[in-house]
Amino acid sequence: MRISFPLSAIKGVDVDRTDLAREVVKRAERAGASAAEVLIREGTEFSTTIRMGAADKLHQANFRMLGIRVLCGNRAAVLATSDFSDASLHEAIRDAIEMAGAAGEDLSAGIPNPDLHDPHAPSLALCFLAASQMTAEAKMNLAKRCEDAALGYDPRIRNSEGATFEDSLIEMTFGNSSGFFASYFKTTCSLAVSPLAEQDGLKQRDYWLSTHLDISLLQPPEELGAEAARRALRRLGARKVSTCEAPVIFDPLASASIMKHIADAVSGTALLRKASFLTGKLGTRIASPLVTIYDDALRPGGLGSRPFDAEGVRSKCTTVMNRGMLDSYLLDSYSARKLGLKTTGNSNRQPQESPSVGPSNFYLKAGDQTPKQIIGSVKRGLYVTELIGFGVDIVSGNFSQGVAGLWVEDGELAYPVDEITIAGNLKDMLTRIEAVGNDLLPLGEIFAPTVLIGRMVVSGN
Amino acid sequence: MDGMVSAALSRGGDYADLYFEFRVRDILTLEEGILKNATKSISQGVGVRVIAGDKTGYAYSDGFEIEEMLRAAHAAGQIALAPGAVPAPPIAVSRSHPHDLYQVPRPLIDRDLTEKILLLQEADRVGRGYDPHIVEVRAVLSNEKKHIQIHGSHSDTTCDFQPLTVFQVSCIAARDADRQIGIKGGGGRVGMEFFNSRPPSYFARDAARQAIMLLSAVEAPAGPMPVVLGPGWPGILLHEAVGHGLEADFNRKQLSAFAGRMGQKVASELCSVVDDGTLPYRRGSLNVDDEGHSTGRTLLIEKGILRGYMQDRLSAHLTGCAPTGNGRRESYACMPMPRMTNTFMLPGESTNEQIIRSVSKGLYAVNFGGGQVDITSGKFVFSASEAYLIEGGKITRPVKGATLIGNGPDVLTRVSMVGNDLALDEGIGTCGKDGQSVPVGVGAPTLRVDEITVGGTTQG
Repeated sequence: MRISFPLSAIKGVDVDRTDLAREVVKRAERAGASAAEVLIREGTEFSTTIRMGAADKLHQANFRMLGIRVLCGNRAAVLATSDFSDASLHEAIRDAIEMAGAAGEDLSAGIPNPDLHDPHAPSLALCFLAASQMTAEAKMNLAKRCEDAALGYDPRIRNSEGATFEDSLIEMTFGNSSGFFASYFKTTCSLAVSPLAEQDGLKQRDYWLSTHLDISLLQPPEELGAEAARRALRRLGARKVSTCEAPVIFDPLASASIMKHIADAVSGTALLRKASFLTGKLGTRIASPLVTIYDDALRPGGLGSRPFDAEGVRSKCTTVMNRGMLDSYLLDSYSARKLGLKTTGNSNRQPQESPSVGPSNFYLKAGDQTPKQIIGSVKRGLYVTELIGFGVDIVSGNFSQGVAGLWVEDGELAYPVDEITIAGNLKDMLTRIEAVGNDLLPLGEIFAPTVLIGRMVVSGN
Repeated sequence: MDGMVSAALSRGGDYADLYFEFRVRDILTLEEGILKNATKSISQGVGVRVIAGDKTGYAYSDGFEIEEMLRAAHAAGQIALAPGAVPAPPIAVSRSHPHDLYQVPRPLIDRDLTEKILLLQEADRVGRGYDPHIVEVRAVLSNEKKHIQIHGSHSDTTCDFQPLTVFQVSCIAARDADRQIGIKGGGGRVGMEFFNSRPPSYFARDAARQAIMLLSAVEAPAGPMPVVLGPGWPGILLHEAVGHGLEADFNRKQLSAFAGRMGQKVASELCSVVDDGTLPYRRGSLNVDDEGHSTGRTLLIEKGILRGYMQDRLSAHLTGCAPTGNGRRESYACMPMPRMTNTFMLPGESTNEQIIRSVSKGLYAVNFGGGQVDITSGKFVFSASEAYLIEGGKITRPVKGATLIGNGPDVLTRVSMVGNDLALDEGIGTCGKDGQSVPVGVGAPTLRVDEITVGGTTQG
């Protein structure tokens, strides 16, 4: 069953994009391509920010992009355009074939084996129309309630970067020369607020958010505002600590940022460039036995869920790490061919990009300790709530980042800290994971529970 | 176009503008000695903005179909009905005096593929030949041309044509279990002539040199120490430590650690910092900003005293200041904000050698990856990708990458020596703010910062 009405309701016409994909593939083949692949991303987005109780920004748009990837034998090129007119598509196909002619002969270039497509895949529940049917005023009201709750939480909260509500509806359409043509719709929405706490002339900011495919699952705005306020308030009076070695606990947002680097390091794109510290580590133990990581493109309600990837390969759940063993990389058909492995359905290229690999719902499996138990197990150490900077190199594994958080004394959160860094190497950090929390919180496509790393260098005074 | 502006303002509002953009971009990637990825994308559209008091409504359409554009105009105009706080003073009529900063008759995007591939192949050859431990070389050439046209309800129509090129080489070196990457790139709003003074071999050799150097690097030190920043790209310190904090929107909203500090001392008197969008052929330069204002040179810090903020139309208007030509946006899909162009510190009198010699134990950092700042607390980081220990006034051993962390409002008060060797970066900087990326430049002479915390792993 095709759910065509969301976009047509906005556009006023019912357009079946798989027809366009079919047409473009056919024309590319006629123009001399030995194979072609079309990816269309089209949708509508809305965003509003309320700041200090009043409307600040209102943003709405319809967007679209069509990308065609042609293969002339083993030479490939990608051309993308936001202009879907006949003349523009004609030109795009012509340019793509010309560019492919200049590209190098690449024996691994191609489209996926046809049996990896599944025309009868069960549909995932990814499209929830409640948000797109709400008025702009109702959405602004959600943001206002959220910011009001943050501003009213404590007299030390006197300013705010605002509260933002966003929602989008996207249709992804895919088609290729194997005759696989399919599309799916997906909605997302999010509510976030970023209040400022101020004391003794010093300011601290923090934020909290909730994001789901279905607006009815969003955390209530009042709860979200209060949580953001608590996070900003507990940073007041932050100080530096002395340089030392210490156990480091990462809250779910901070540990998700560590997972992001792991996702990059297991991606086929990095591996075929030998640009990962996990090059050649498949099938070996690389992490503590507490570490099990999945990439699950079929996770119900997952922000990264999809029926097929950007090459039309059917989705599945991949066990990336199993109790510390590196079980699988994340691969698309190109990196798989190149590395002599099978694609895991992780092509995540956008219409205008060349093939690249990325996670779907990539997460660290929850453990059984509560965050409180984990903090309680640390005599003296650091609890990280925010990581900043670009000091992570997945080629060497070298890790050095700025952090903000709280200092732990005798198993309790004692006082806030900032202007310090933590450093180590991802290789050691993975093996030193000593506890994994039970508080898995999907606030993005990559997520994780609280994690304790036994020892890192904290640099401060 | 006037019809669309009227449609945008049909429900009220003080100002509306249309931003038309047509952009072509290509990216060519050479890996394993072959041109593996060739991509080209064409995007066009119009962004409609309506300002009502301090509120902004924005909508865009992909493409130039009249109905879509009118739909966008009406959508943006909705903001005028939203409850707001600030009454609107009248907006002044602006007139622009465009520069002509990038005369590139034939931008690289319009050149033959074969010419461009030759550049990549030279880099590949030189990178691989540099040392037997280089196991992978990747060279990427990305080019763009952008036509923009801005039509405002209170101003003239402004046009610009903006070419942009970046050439980047990364080399991976491996020895035993150790694996390191070196990256070098450059570019600007330039044509093929750029490569006369900076041939592909220049980038390839330096990327390979960095990767090999890192194979023998020792762990970086941890803790506070004097840090000497080399000239050029280390100017990213200014971008993070003070640049973002001096963007007018953050100050108007009292979100910045620099809010309310105009006229106060925020740096040592050796420090004068400017943002200059008018440097010919530079990556961060623009003839006009994305709101149609001519770019300029804005004095941010003069001999340690805070003198100015970088403004866009909205913030300038609400605070009664003149626009500074810093209203920028990533594309027609985004609303403009105050953004940096080329931000750098003016030269002082010391030589690089004098500055290094003055440090008995510290760090000399010459290349950086990215940086980030929390504009509210003022805490900023930037990550060194090439750095050396200074011991007894001499550069000794290379160290592995480390993040430096400091506090924006006081780090420049600790600058005790400024070099006479001002250099700008090679043209690779991209700045992100609120999810929007724009090309920028940074620069600085050699600087001595008396104390900054280095986030390495070696204590004591």
